Amino acid sequence: MNIVICIKQVPGTTEIKIDPKTNTLVREGVKSIVNPFDAYALEEGVRLKERYGGKVTVITMGPPQAEEALRETISLGADDAILLSDRAFAGSDTWATSYVLSKAAAKIANYDIIICGRQTLDGDTGQVGPELSEMLKIPFISYVSKVEEIKDKHIRVQRMIEEGHEEIETTLPAVITVAKEINVPRLPSLRGSMKAKTAKIAVWTAADIGVETDKAGISGSPTRVVKIFFPKREHKSEMLEGTLEEQVEKLAERLEKIV
Amino acid sequence: MVKDSSLPWRERNFEGIDLVEADMGIEIDIEKCTGCGSCVSVCPFGVMELINDKVRIKEGCNLCGACVDECTFEAIKIEKAEQKVSEGYKGVWVFAEQRDGKMKSVAYELVSEGRKLADKLGTELSAICLGHNVEDVEQLICYGADKVYLADDAALSDHQEDLYTELLLDLIKKHRPEILIAGATAMGRSFIPRVAALLYTGLTADCTGLDIDPETKLLLQTRPTFGGNVMATIMCQAKRPQMSTVRPHVFKRGTASKERKGQIIKVDFKKEAVTSRTKLLRFIEDLTEKVKLDEADIIVSGGRGLGKPDNFQIIKALAEVLGAAVGSSRPPVDEGWISYSHQVGQTGKTVCPKLYIACGISGSVQHIAGMGTSECIIAINEDPNAPIFQVATYGIVGDLFKVVPMLTEKLKRSRGTA
Repeated sequence: MNIVICIKQVPGTTEIKIDPKTNTLVREGVKSIVNPFDAYALEEGVRLKERYGGKVTVITMGPPQAEEALRETISLGADDAILLSDRAFAGSDTWATSYVLSKAAAKIANYDIIICGRQTLDGDTGQVGPELSEMLKIPFISYVSKVEEIKDKHIRVQRMIEEGHEEIETTLPAVITVAKEINVPRLPSLRGSMKAKTAKIAVWTAADIGVETDKAGISGSPTRVVKIFFPKREHKSEMLEGTLEEQVEKLAERLEKIV
Repeated sequence: MVKDSSLPWRERNFEGIDLVEADMGIEIDIEKCTGCGSCVSVCPFGVMELINDKVRIKEGCNLCGACVDECTFEAIKIEKAEQKVSEGYKGVWVFAEQRDGKMKSVAYELVSEGRKLADKLGTELSAICLGHNVEDVEQLICYGADKVYLADDAALSDHQEDLYTELLLDLIKKHRPEILIAGATAMGRSFIPRVAALLYTGLTADCTGLDIDPETKLLLQTRPTFGGNVMATIMCQAKRPQMSTVRPHVFKRGTASKERKGQIIKVDFKKEAVTSRTKLLRFIEDLTEKVKLDEADIIVSGGRGLGKPDNFQIIKALAEVLGAAVGSSRPPVDEGWISYSHQVGQTGKTVCPKLYIACGISGSVQHIAGMGTSECIIAINEDPNAPIFQVATYGIVGDLFKVVPMLTEKLKRSRGTA
């Protein structure tokens, strides 16, 4: 089984603070991490390899420092990692990102399954997985919570939707996105950490994977951020006072008005 | 200064002169830069800094262009090829999602919002409904649609996304709408991006605000990002249709009027022409959830403060009286007290009910990202400094094991159910 995992390096969101004076994000000391949702994708890939044999290749599109995130995935069981990095990729929206990833997947070739996280922590869109599947013209299943079986170039999974779970079957190769429910990611092993230190991380540029530069980066992105602002957090909170009975009384009164 | 300079590349970048920018798609003309610092103060990401009276860009630039607009010396340049504007697109479309023949509430919400957009543009509003034996299709007209494109076929009852993708793609290619909005449901978030990918157009996920720019007549799509810490307004300037998804409950349903006139147009669905590569084998209904979180008007949630699984009974009892869904913060799910399908927050579900009651939830950034836009928030927590109180409409500092049952009893009595 040739397993490809797509990851993204994101700022650890709990550490995002807003400077009240300048109203901008404070980035000092903000650590970059592997998108937590991608950790489930990686873990599932490694588990599939353990079940069915094969190889796990991790790809990410990002600036040179994203190499750090790729090394981390090697410590967690990935065999190989490739950094897609080129000035032409900067400012890519989800369409352009999916396009670049699809070109990298095409170069890797012979993949059986591509696994993505449900969404990223910073962008929150969850669009790259499904967009990637269409660019590769292969089936797509979102929110996978369990891989039941892979057999004869078919995969049977459970996925989460609002009303419950669906059991779905499709042919391979396919793209899936995974829900947090699917597994509990492992911690880095000592052997993995050693391997991660010395592993060679390949860097592929636009030319390496045949990306048409007018379809990537800011030039190739259909969407553009035109304004960024901070949500107003003027919340008028009312703390209810009095004895516990009085507080509950007041709360019930207010509740009855709302519902 | 960047503190975590553990990596050699960073040191490189900050030692040299002609640096980072070259790799980032944004360039600063050192000759023109006067070091006035006006760009530093407008950068929403805080990635610009002054070093030796010249501006530098640190890692994390989103190429948003705020600095370019601000710089009076034209010292900042973002290189970008102009895209050709797609022409001949007209009308606003809403994807009206149904399940098992029943229209989802988000369909009416989006039709109500779509009506406003269509009026601002002076154009038609159409709803697209794909399914089998769907009830209340004419309701879409009552809420504001001028036309409803309806595809009715037994093959569509399994909501196979392959078929939905093909069908919607075909309709868009044929009728060329300028805007398409869809619910950010599990299905919408799965197949709408595929349609956008095939059309090579922009899609903005989870918008909380939609408007028409009075000057350009383009769709302004506002959405939270970075876990709700930042709001971004996004435009799709050249490609069509401009596509957005919106979560249930974000927009309010308007008033339905039986007087409204509209047209229901049957769409020919040639099922021989498309096959679904995915096959639905079975559906396992979640029986632990009486009221579905995503569409609930009221949610009662429990957190770490509950202490043990059995204590969710207190939450369930209150939810029952209110006809509410049961939610949870992350710790109870991690502890295995309640299933993941109940988790509200950044790694769980994002909800926007009329009323959210948080019991024993401290209110981490991640939890608030998933429920902060609720219309009314009630927080019950022992710790007066819990961050949840900062977003709460009403707060009670107290023992949830006393407050919640007392409230449940009081409501039962006033509703005559005790």
